[in-house]
Amino acid sequence: MSTDLTGYNIAYLDEQTKRMLRRALLKAVAIPGFQVPFASREVPMPRGWGTGGVQVTAAIIGTGDTLKVIDQGADDTTNAVSIRQFFAAVAHASTTTRTSEATVIQTRHRIPETPLTEGQTIVYQVPMPEPLRFLEPRETETRRLHALADYGLMYVKLYEDIARYGHIAQTYSYPVMVAGRYLMSPSPIPSFDNPKMHQSPALQLFGAGREKRIYAIPPYTDVESLGFEDYPFEPQTFDDPCAICGSTGVYLDEVITDDKGGSMFVCSDTDHCEHAAGQAEVTR
Amino acid sequence: MTADLPLLEVRGAGHRYGARWGCRDIDLDLWPGEVLAVVGESGSGKSTLLGTLSQRLSLTEGTIRYSAAGGEILDLAKLRESEVRALWRSEWGFVHQDAADGLRMHVSAGGNVGEPLMATGWRHYGNIRATAAQWLERVEIPADRIDDPPVTFSGGMRQRLQIARNLVVSPRLVFMDEPTSGLDVSVQARLLDLVRSLVADLGLAVIIVTHDLAVARLISHRTLVMKDGNVVESGLTDRVLDDPQGPYTQLLVSSILQG
Repeated sequence: MSTDLTGYNIAYLDEQTKRMLRRALLKAVAIPGFQVPFASREVPMPRGWGTGGVQVTAAIIGTGDTLKVIDQGADDTTNAVSIRQFFAAVAHASTTTRTSEATVIQTRHRIPETPLTEGQTIVYQVPMPEPLRFLEPRETETRRLHALADYGLMYVKLYEDIARYGHIAQTYSYPVMVAGRYLMSPSPIPSFDNPKMHQSPALQLFGAGREKRIYAIPPYTDVESLGFEDYPFEPQTFDDPCAICGSTGVYLDEVITDDKGGSMFVCSDTDHCEHAAGQAEVTR
Repeated sequence: MTADLPLLEVRGAGHRYGARWGCRDIDLDLWPGEVLAVVGESGSGKSTLLGTLSQRLSLTEGTIRYSAAGGEILDLAKLRESEVRALWRSEWGFVHQDAADGLRMHVSAGGNVGEPLMATGWRHYGNIRATAAQWLERVEIPADRIDDPPVTFSGGMRQRLQIARNLVVSPRLVFMDEPTSGLDVSVQARLLDLVRSLVADLGLAVIIVTHDLAVARLISHRTLVMKDGNVVESGLTDRVLDDPQGPYTQLLVSSILQG
């Protein structure tokens, strides 16, 4: 199984490790939203930089796959570029920045604007898989709460937000209920992206390397963002269009333009922005 | 409420810590609406008994039957953990000696009282908040403290908040472990007054563990006296305290400081 990178197996990890990861992935897909423990390995990047996502991607990628990697929606940031180059080198996978051409998309903190389709797999890098962690620090207890579907605690957090701020103030990592059973953290994606997970035709896999957990949402699964009857879940919205491509209804990042307090809001999804800007050019 | 069946029927109950018995051979019946005090010196097995009855500790021998709201008789030792938790959420309360054990100290008072409601499926913020506010009023916590966390409360307020949190789901049975120790005397008296009136209004059954005979006298109908893990005497509270039969109970009663 050696490759021209002497000493490395295809996709960096050895076959036994990939087998272990795939078992965890199968279990995760079989129990949507359930956190499956796995033996997280070292990969050539520091923990906290997406080692969970890299291991999941390594376990599922083949030479025929086309990989896209985004970091906060962008294809051109350091982390995204280096992970993409890593898999191009060790897995001989082709890479792309186009969402529609990718078969595997590894992401940190965003879901692409272009709707995902059947056959695509999106791999999330997860820093903190346990949605109850900051409410109940004991892992033994949170596991028990999941087992008994005892989720009153999560609503306490939402209650506190409304009591304090008048609305649910959580704007990222907004907790979801998967298939009506498991409470799940969607990784720190903005709540803007939460509705995209519901009934998505793509397979969604989540890897937390430091915390050693894998979980998944199979295609066409119900994903409900929590809320109260009188204070339902409301994704973020933006008033102005992207300053570069003019898209509306997309997630925007603030970009500082000078040292006098000037800034503009542009698409966080660089692929979408380029494409939309190109089309605007054509119609002009 | 029908009183044909005891709420709790305990026969030969015991809990063992390793080679030692924390309590053993306990028989008791608790009837709906009844307040039962368990008294004894520290180390006599009071808290172990309470823990065993409330399924926080396992039952090593004997049986505990609970007659549930739906009418069925449950053998507590045979219940699954999820079923015990369901009882905890809907039918039982537990008031700890230290309010910090029973409250979320950094969650607002409203959130603390609302949590049991949310755990039993309440999903309407306005209703949860209104019910929490009602309960705070009932336990004499000012309405403008609803968004303050219990870390900012006095000991007496924390204890009252803990009681509100336990009673908000209208339980049928409440366990109390030394709820008034650690409070000063005037606060104790107010708290006992509050507990007594709530118990009478709601028709609660209560098992209260205390080392303070005055507490037992004030709020309980019946009293069990424990020593070395066994019940040495039981009966109506007034009878036990005014006319103690056993030598140990006589000693206990005579050791009260007369002011």
